[in-house]
Amino acid sequence: MATALIELHDLGFAWPGQPELLDLPALRLEAGESLFLRGPSGSGKTTLLGLLGGVQLPRRGQVRLLGQDLAALRQGARDRFRVDHTGYIFQQFNLLPFLSVKDNVRLPCRFSPLRLARAQQRHGSLDQAADSLLAHLGLPKTLYDRRADALSIGQQQRVAAARALIGQPELVIADEPTSALDSDAREAFLRLLFEECQAAGSGLLFVSHDQSLAPLFDRAESLLDLNRAARPSEA
Amino acid sequence: MPLLRLALASLANRRFTAALTAFAIAVSVCLLLAVERVRTEARASFASTISGTDLVIGARSGSINLLLYSVFRIGNATNNIRWSSYEHYAQDPRVKWAIPISLGDSHRGYRVMGTDHNYFEHYHYGHSQALELAQGRPFASDPFEVVLGAEVAQALHYKLGDQLVLAHGVATISLVKHDDKPFTVVGILKRTGTPVDRTLHISLAGMEAIHVDWHNGMPARGAERISADQARAMDLTPQAITAMLVGLNSRVTTFALQREINEYLDEPLLAILPGVALQELWSLMGTAEQALFVVSLFVVLTGLIGMLTAILTSLNERRREMAILRSVGARPWQIAVLLIAEAGALALTGIVAGVALLYAGIAAAQGFVQASYGLYLPLALPSAYEWSLLGLVFAAAVLIGAIPAWRAYRQSLADGLTVHL
Repeated sequence: MATALIELHDLGFAWPGQPELLDLPALRLEAGESLFLRGPSGSGKTTLLGLLGGVQLPRRGQVRLLGQDLAALRQGARDRFRVDHTGYIFQQFNLLPFLSVKDNVRLPCRFSPLRLARAQQRHGSLDQAADSLLAHLGLPKTLYDRRADALSIGQQQRVAAARALIGQPELVIADEPTSALDSDAREAFLRLLFEECQAAGSGLLFVSHDQSLAPLFDRAESLLDLNRAARPSEA
Repeated sequence: MPLLRLALASLANRRFTAALTAFAIAVSVCLLLAVERVRTEARASFASTISGTDLVIGARSGSINLLLYSVFRIGNATNNIRWSSYEHYAQDPRVKWAIPISLGDSHRGYRVMGTDHNYFEHYHYGHSQALELAQGRPFASDPFEVVLGAEVAQALHYKLGDQLVLAHGVATISLVKHDDKPFTVVGILKRTGTPVDRTLHISLAGMEAIHVDWHNGMPARGAERISADQARAMDLTPQAITAMLVGLNSRVTTFALQREINEYLDEPLLAILPGVALQELWSLMGTAEQALFVVSLFVVLTGLIGMLTAILTSLNERRREMAILRSVGARPWQIAVLLIAEAGALALTGIVAGVALLYAGIAAAQGFVQASYGLYLPLALPSAYEWSLLGLVFAAAVLIGAIPAWRAYRQSLADGLTVHL
């Protein structure tokens, strides 16, 4: 059996002096799999993402990414591990507004030699890798050298997807990336994201409160059900 | 280095604030260098004004006062010394040469100095440079001849053969003119960069002649007036002079002669060593210089605090930027380096602009400063000391940049990848 992308065991987390926020007996994501994780506010979603990124460490239990226990790595190594193997797409305003579209896409390769090497191996050069991803995601070539904040929200999210996918990280984590898009654009964006994840061989962890998207994924889970410490949504 | 590029791009995104911050640093750096340069050049120009003179002798007063009026043409003599005293010491066997100096008149703001041929032969400035004539000759036997300093000739557009009238006293307005006895320009000196450039030189006889019919500080009226031609026929040996410069045959005798002059029984005299008096002057001006320097250092500090404020203020708005950078793999220390690079870039821009501002300022004010204060400010490359000052400013900026860097470090550790605020 291949190593799972994400493997959580008996995970517990609490901020100092506060009651336990997260109590996850188990969660697993296989390589290349797409998982929809329903996570309304108050379900411990932000904390889970922090733990998966190695920004916080669990109080008990284990977070394994590609079989690697994050707690066993030092802070710097965790940061390196994150960028080497994980691409992120956030809700909105994902991009550095003062950089060009292309520079934004290339950003992870500036911090991860591994992803740079993979991008060069697959596309010949970093430039071509960025161009090819942007073209696949349907962004007109005229926009590549524009400042990121000159683009529409929908276009910006596609640039963010290209940035998450460059250098073929094993895992893409998307946190409500479609919440700022209307429903037509939402589906179109998801389809592109699936295609590109498949092409890159990346697994996808998609966190959203929008249940209607769930059927599009290989598997769906609800963080509210998984997390035994979850309080009912305050919203 | 990608971090530096990121820092510059982020700065460019806030270019208005960044430009203002850099400008504040530029102005402060310019001020610091300007104070430093004026200070250095003032010292150099003072020190190079007189050379080779062993003693300056005048009426008894303060040594700095005597040095200022006799050599620098600043201020006025409190009293004269008698001609007999001059002759007494000019003929002393230990004295190699003596230059008499008679001051008190002026011409359009420039001082007039009565002296004799010894001045052109023995007066030295800078590194033992003698005075040289650019045109014409020294004044000769006719009392109504004048030799101009380079700046006087240039500023007032005089040439050889021109006639000019001297004014009594050194005030700039309502002076009584010696207009019955005009002088003819016979020589123009080469530029020296010293007060000599701003002086009109006439013979002692000329000085005597224009005052020969004066009584109690007022010119004679009507029949008592003495014309220029009548004056030429008179004995024009002066009764008194203002001061004298003395060169000795042997330096060894300097202190003995100084002591002797200070104890001269016929008249209260004061003899000073120009170098010693200059030292006294420096120690007097040192406090003011240091105060100026400290003030300009504080102005630089103010500029750097402005930078600190600008960067700290931007930090909160840039949490998202930091979080995005973290999500694409930047480590907290790289975020800190980013902010230090930002401070360094701002300081470097400020320093370069400040130096440019200084040179523009010097180029613009050079002529004016030389004409008004006799201070030549060269457009020279920064000295080693100035470089070290600039390096210090840069180091201070980077050090100050560590404050927002530390905050951003803490902030990015706490915020992690949380982009939404």
